[in-house]
Amino acid sequence: MSMDELNIKDNTSLFKEERYVQQRENKKPFEAPCSEQETAEALAYSKSAEYMEKNFSRQNVVINPHKACQPLGSVMAALGFEKTLPFVHGSQGCNAYFRSHLSRHFKEPTPSVSTSMTEDAAVFGGMNNLIDGLENSVALYKPEMVAICTTCMAEVIGDDLNSFIGNARIKGVISEEYPVAYCNTPSFVGSHITGYDAMIKGILSYLYTRSGTRGKPGSGAESGEKLNVMLGFEPYTGNFAELRKILGAFDTKYTILGDHSGNYDSPATGEYEYYYGGTKLADVPQAANALATLSLQKYTLKKTQEYISGTWNQQLAALSTPLGIKGTDTLLDTISELTGLPIPAILTEERGRVVDALMDSHPYLHGKRVALVGDPDLLIGLIGFCLETGMEPVHIVCSNGDVDYNEVKFKDEAEALLAASPYGSEATVHVGKDLWHMRSLLLNDQVDLAIGSSHLKFAAKDAEVPLVRVGFPIFDRHHMHRYPIIGYQGTLNLLSLIVNTILQQLDDHNSGFNFELVR
Amino acid sequence: MGLNIEENQKLVEEILEAYPKKARKDREKHFQVADEKAIDCSTCAVKSNIKSRPGVMTPRGCAYAGSKGVVWGPIKDMVHISHGPVGCGQYSWGTRRNFANGTLGIDNFTAMQITSDFQETDIVFGGDKKLAVIMREITEMFPLAKGISVQSECPVGLIGDDIEAVSKKMSKELELPIVPVRCEGFRGVSQSLGHHIANDAIRDFVLGRAELAETGPYDVNIIGDYNIGGDAWASRILLEEMGLRVIAQWSGDGSLNELEVAHKAKLNLIHCHRSMNYMVDHMEKAYGIPWLEYNFFGPTKTYESLRAIAALFDDTIQENCEQMIARYKPVMDAVIRKYRPRLENKTVMLMIGGLRSRHTIGAYEDLGMDIVASGYEFAHKDDFEKMLPMLAEGTIVMDDPTAYELEELTKKMNIDLVGSGVKEKYVYHKMGVPFRQMHSWDYSGPYHGFDGFKVFAKDMDMTVNSPVWDLVSRQGKMEPEEAGV
Repeated sequence: MSMDELNIKDNTSLFKEERYVQQRENKKPFEAPCSEQETAEALAYSKSAEYMEKNFSRQNVVINPHKACQPLGSVMAALGFEKTLPFVHGSQGCNAYFRSHLSRHFKEPTPSVSTSMTEDAAVFGGMNNLIDGLENSVALYKPEMVAICTTCMAEVIGDDLNSFIGNARIKGVISEEYPVAYCNTPSFVGSHITGYDAMIKGILSYLYTRSGTRGKPGSGAESGEKLNVMLGFEPYTGNFAELRKILGAFDTKYTILGDHSGNYDSPATGEYEYYYGGTKLADVPQAANALATLSLQKYTLKKTQEYISGTWNQQLAALSTPLGIKGTDTLLDTISELTGLPIPAILTEERGRVVDALMDSHPYLHGKRVALVGDPDLLIGLIGFCLETGMEPVHIVCSNGDVDYNEVKFKDEAEALLAASPYGSEATVHVGKDLWHMRSLLLNDQVDLAIGSSHLKFAAKDAEVPLVRVGFPIFDRHHMHRYPIIGYQGTLNLLSLIVNTILQQLDDHNSGFNFELVR
Repeated sequence: MGLNIEENQKLVEEILEAYPKKARKDREKHFQVADEKAIDCSTCAVKSNIKSRPGVMTPRGCAYAGSKGVVWGPIKDMVHISHGPVGCGQYSWGTRRNFANGTLGIDNFTAMQITSDFQETDIVFGGDKKLAVIMREITEMFPLAKGISVQSECPVGLIGDDIEAVSKKMSKELELPIVPVRCEGFRGVSQSLGHHIANDAIRDFVLGRAELAETGPYDVNIIGDYNIGGDAWASRILLEEMGLRVIAQWSGDGSLNELEVAHKAKLNLIHCHRSMNYMVDHMEKAYGIPWLEYNFFGPTKTYESLRAIAALFDDTIQENCEQMIARYKPVMDAVIRKYRPRLENKTVMLMIGGLRSRHTIGAYEDLGMDIVASGYEFAHKDDFEKMLPMLAEGTIVMDDPTAYELEELTKKMNIDLVGSGVKEKYVYHKMGVPFRQMHSWDYSGPYHGFDGFKVFAKDMDMTVNSPVWDLVSRQGKMEPEEAGV
């Protein structure tokens, strides 16, 4: 055999070969499968209205939920601070999962350690694990701060982080001064977004309290001019860059509170460091003196916002993810109001260009029925964007959507937003529902497009709806998180993604006379 | 640094100096540099299957990951409840690439996340009542599900829920096999105990529950192949071509019935011995079924294994085996002719689960590559004893190596290829070191059998020889002379 004849097939084509098709058939008798008829009937039934009704009446089983657990968010939050090591107190498998999950999305390393609690810790508590863990992790990974969160195990047995950390200091494992922030994040409460919030609040309050300073909002020659900005549980590193661009154009000073973009967008230089970028620890107590705080995920950052407007007594503006033209307008208006600075001409120009692009594409978007899945703040932004393009949101599923901010619940806000537009009249917002509910919705009330994370791909495929991947996690596409989806530039990116998906559909489905050159 | 026993011993000592005293003392026990004595008599000094140090970046996961993620999850026609809070099920959802035929959500539930999504009230009042309702709802939602397993997460064991009682009661009510699996993540020190617990559950609740219409002299089981990227299919095709009849495939693309009839086999063929040795041991004792560990990574090991398997059968099978090898050998030789020159003498460091760090050695060697360090995440003593004779003197052997240790070894050993998991992968990309994700074949595969070796060879060449590594530094890679090697 000549070398050129080597035909190497991998799983994408190998198993389509006749010998593997045959193998599949030969294996069936041992599987004792349901008959083809039974399977076909069950499939048809699963797509029926009757099934949908049953699906929506289930009370307890959760199928394909669109949420992760609290400590995952805490790990991401901890990585937003300079040389900070995320430290997970509980069973070590959790930490392995957080590291894999985040790495699969960002295609980047996730440094994080665990106390590796096992049966004996379940009985006697995890104090020794925590003390040893602090000693080992500080020696090996040389963080400037450790940020501890709990898992469900540590919470169920009632481990007391505050006293454990105190005992580690008494034992001399870490010095009295060494910063160790912490938060409680049982996995049976909230979701990844509440865990993110808990850790941000934990770190801000800890660093502020230990600094001994007392914030005077809007005072101080230097810090008083600064604006604090929080992006929240942000799966797009590109959004940090876009926000920096916008704030730079305003020429305002600012502090991003929780900036994990450095850790999740580090260069390949031949050397690996554990920590890249992040909010400087010294900037945190100073942040209490800032002019104001701008939060871009109000439902995610609920407790942090309460803390900032309460303890720091600081002016707070809380928005949802600023997507679309109007969402970005609101962002710029808010920055302008908070800083007293005018909206930069360069951004107004950019706005005009993106509006122009929207005009070019609107015929392909108008009236397109879409299904949306995501975290609350992302969904508010996405709904707004869809409505301003003439797209019609139809099914909106938010597994972790039972969050309120200032007594406005996510669902109420989403419904009000939809009710205010003729394009929102067909929409239904489903909070606390999962992607198996979404499957029924997609199959029983067809849409043109689904927007959501990679996990939505199964339901979208069953309903033969193209999926535009937006949100977290995106496992099956590369580099999406590097492109911003916020601001005018982000709007353009989102528009390009969506309109080109629709145009690709046209090419896929059209042939002959309407396989057209110009669109 | 290459394969010098003393130098490498010194290297390990130097690396471990970074640890505080207590942890250093522990970590020292997890390393061994292979010397003549260790290789010949496989005197394994490496401590394994004991607790990881807190605060280090251990590569290990937990018992739940071992049971749901590895053993039970791939059984395609059963619904596996991730019983407890939402996270564990979410993180293990569809990430291990256990391919399975069937219609997802209808008669195949592998790439689904079915959870009880514990809330605070479930912790306070217990989740048993909810579990019973969940089981009823599962039969409503998935009428073709052949059975249910309950994969316990940490809180279930801590709050003392009686999932066994619920399973028993509901199994009767729903007339379905329902298997409680006590695989709470805090049990044991790694995934390994999860495998054991999962195997015990198969033994106690499933094995021997059904009969085969007819049995034959060539009936065998594939045990411990999880069909990552289609591995089990690429293995099965060889066994069948040889004239054997595979009656059960565990657990990749496996079904409940296959677990139930497996006791009728004449021979158990076990690939991942680490995760399913409990099963073959039990079946040998309970049913008198002999077993054989085989290795389908790389042609050399595959030929050896095929012949060892055939030797347990009659002349017909042995003849078939030889004919088959004769058919495939030219193809395998061509693969080696093509790729070996590109990979000759490249150094490899492996740190994978509990088996592949030794099982894949032959495949690398077929391509002319040299293993210079090899370690496991969650292996036991016997795995090290089996690995040592396969290694050259001076090779560093390690158990549960931490992220820090692997990084230091890579920096100091002139490694050309690292094979490990997704948690490690991107670290090596930063370092500019060729890396292959060897838990799920880096989204490629299969790697088993002859069809698999072609993909393996192509992937290793692609990885080691990609021009991207030369882009890391503007100066390009230093010439070996300049590096002083």
